[in-house]
Amino acid sequence: MDKKKKEQAVVYRQQEIATGIYDMWIETSLASRGRPGQFISVYPQDKSTLLPRPISICEADAKNGRLRIVYRVAGKGTGEFATYKSGHRIDILGTLGNGFPIEAAKGKRAFLMGGGIGIPPMLALAKELGSAAARDIIVGYRNDELFLAEDLKKYGSVHIATEDGSAGTKGNVMDAIEAEGLLADVIFACGPMPMLRAVKAYAQTQGIPAYISLEERMACGVGACLGCVVKTRETDSHSHVNNARICTDGPVYLASEVEL
Amino acid sequence: MNTKITIAGVEFKNPVMTASGTFGSGMEYAEFVDLNRLGAVVTKGVANVPWEGNPTPRVAETYGGMLNAIGLQNPGIDVFIERDIPFLKQFDTKIIVNVCGRTAADYVEVVEKLGDSPVDMLEINVSCPNVKHGGIAFGQDPKCLFDITKEIKAKAKQPVIMKLSPNVTDIAEMARAAEAAGSDAVSLINTITGMKIDIHRRTFALANKTGGLSGPAIKPVAVRMVYQVANAVKIPIIGMGGIANAEDAIEFLLAGASCVAVGAMNFVNPYTTVEIADGIEAYMRQYGIESLTEIIGGLK
Repeated sequence: MDKKKKEQAVVYRQQEIATGIYDMWIETSLASRGRPGQFISVYPQDKSTLLPRPISICEADAKNGRLRIVYRVAGKGTGEFATYKSGHRIDILGTLGNGFPIEAAKGKRAFLMGGGIGIPPMLALAKELGSAAARDIIVGYRNDELFLAEDLKKYGSVHIATEDGSAGTKGNVMDAIEAEGLLADVIFACGPMPMLRAVKAYAQTQGIPAYISLEERMACGVGACLGCVVKTRETDSHSHVNNARICTDGPVYLASEVEL
Repeated sequence: MNTKITIAGVEFKNPVMTASGTFGSGMEYAEFVDLNRLGAVVTKGVANVPWEGNPTPRVAETYGGMLNAIGLQNPGIDVFIERDIPFLKQFDTKIIVNVCGRTAADYVEVVEKLGDSPVDMLEINVSCPNVKHGGIAFGQDPKCLFDITKEIKAKAKQPVIMKLSPNVTDIAEMARAAEAAGSDAVSLINTITGMKIDIHRRTFALANKTGGLSGPAIKPVAVRMVYQVANAVKIPIIGMGGIANAEDAIEFLLAGASCVAVGAMNFVNPYTTVEIADGIEAYMRQYGIESLTEIIGGLK
């Protein structure tokens, strides 16, 4: 695997695609390495906000050397990112994390489930899966600002849930599965913790594997600081305790192996 | 030009080290940094048995710095000796192992196990603010610090660095206690206890409620404390606390530190240590300084 590296990337273009949700394409030498479920660290330039922001890869365009990241403005750092225009130079580090195991979907029927800002990595995954697996893409939103839904439709059948019922099934992604009577052999999911807990429970009931992408407060992003850990069922081979590093050993885990 | 510096008989090729807990045992950062360029790698704290550490969230950003409450998660000394030391031995750099414990016996067990290992120095963490027992309790009372230093010195085969906490009324008094008990050097500062509150959730930002503040925000405090300690003791000082670049590192050297360590800034720029080593050389060239020792404590 290629060495991780920190480099200067250039903003190719950026737009707000839903309230507080930004869609940024950047030009970077890391584009060819970006796998679905991996992330990059993006460094704010204001040095009062020191730490990099981990942002998942939404799409990789190796041919043109571009990565797409879609993120929610959550504070000062992402607030700064939202102001960037084309041509702006940014420091990034990547690519980080393990990514989704594509091979686990081969010849199977897969659920790709995304909740809120957990939706973007599902686009990269849907694209990468190509014809390898049949799939239903189930995405949950707060309201009818259905960001990335049109992009996702190019790569599979998209099922929508909204919290306020303004589009698709009223409720969450689990409600959409039930309402539409969907079935799968394997699940890939990214979203808020309550959703991931529900996905884990559902997968257990169905007796199918679920690969879930976790989020945690990070500092280094490369496995050194031990800031972002998740409790694991078995003793982790690196830490020798029941803690695995989300930035390095994850962010994608088999749901049955982690405690949520 | 000579950037070498010797502490307690151990010669470092340059004064730049990593601060414990920010660099693992070097494996993760070896992808970015040529470890051969470093004066020393100071490892993440290691105890006699594996420690789980604290619940998450363990880190939080603050203005110009960060809070952490990792809780000294570590795989235990046996795994460390088998895996981490052989890894570091591949490089031409010195190895300083940071030792943590809950009781004096814990520290001594680790120190004894390291006795036959090819490590160059031991740094004793008596100043971690994030573990409930041991740790900082030894580092906030001069008598306790004296006793534990004495006990460790009696067993240690390598030179000992006592790592001092800034969370005390008089750090000079603590340094004097370490020196009186035979410590070969002191390192300072560990993190400053702090707290952050999430006003939207009305909760603590860290699961541990409090954490250790590090990063550029604490640098002036660290420089002041290094200066105070340099005036109080004769043993060498390894200075740290918010060092981000060569200019910061040189401030510490002028204040009296013989070596400097880079901590939180590794997370911001993984190349910081090497850039500082280069920057110190550039500074020495600029001012025609032949030997690093000329600038240590070289305040006019």
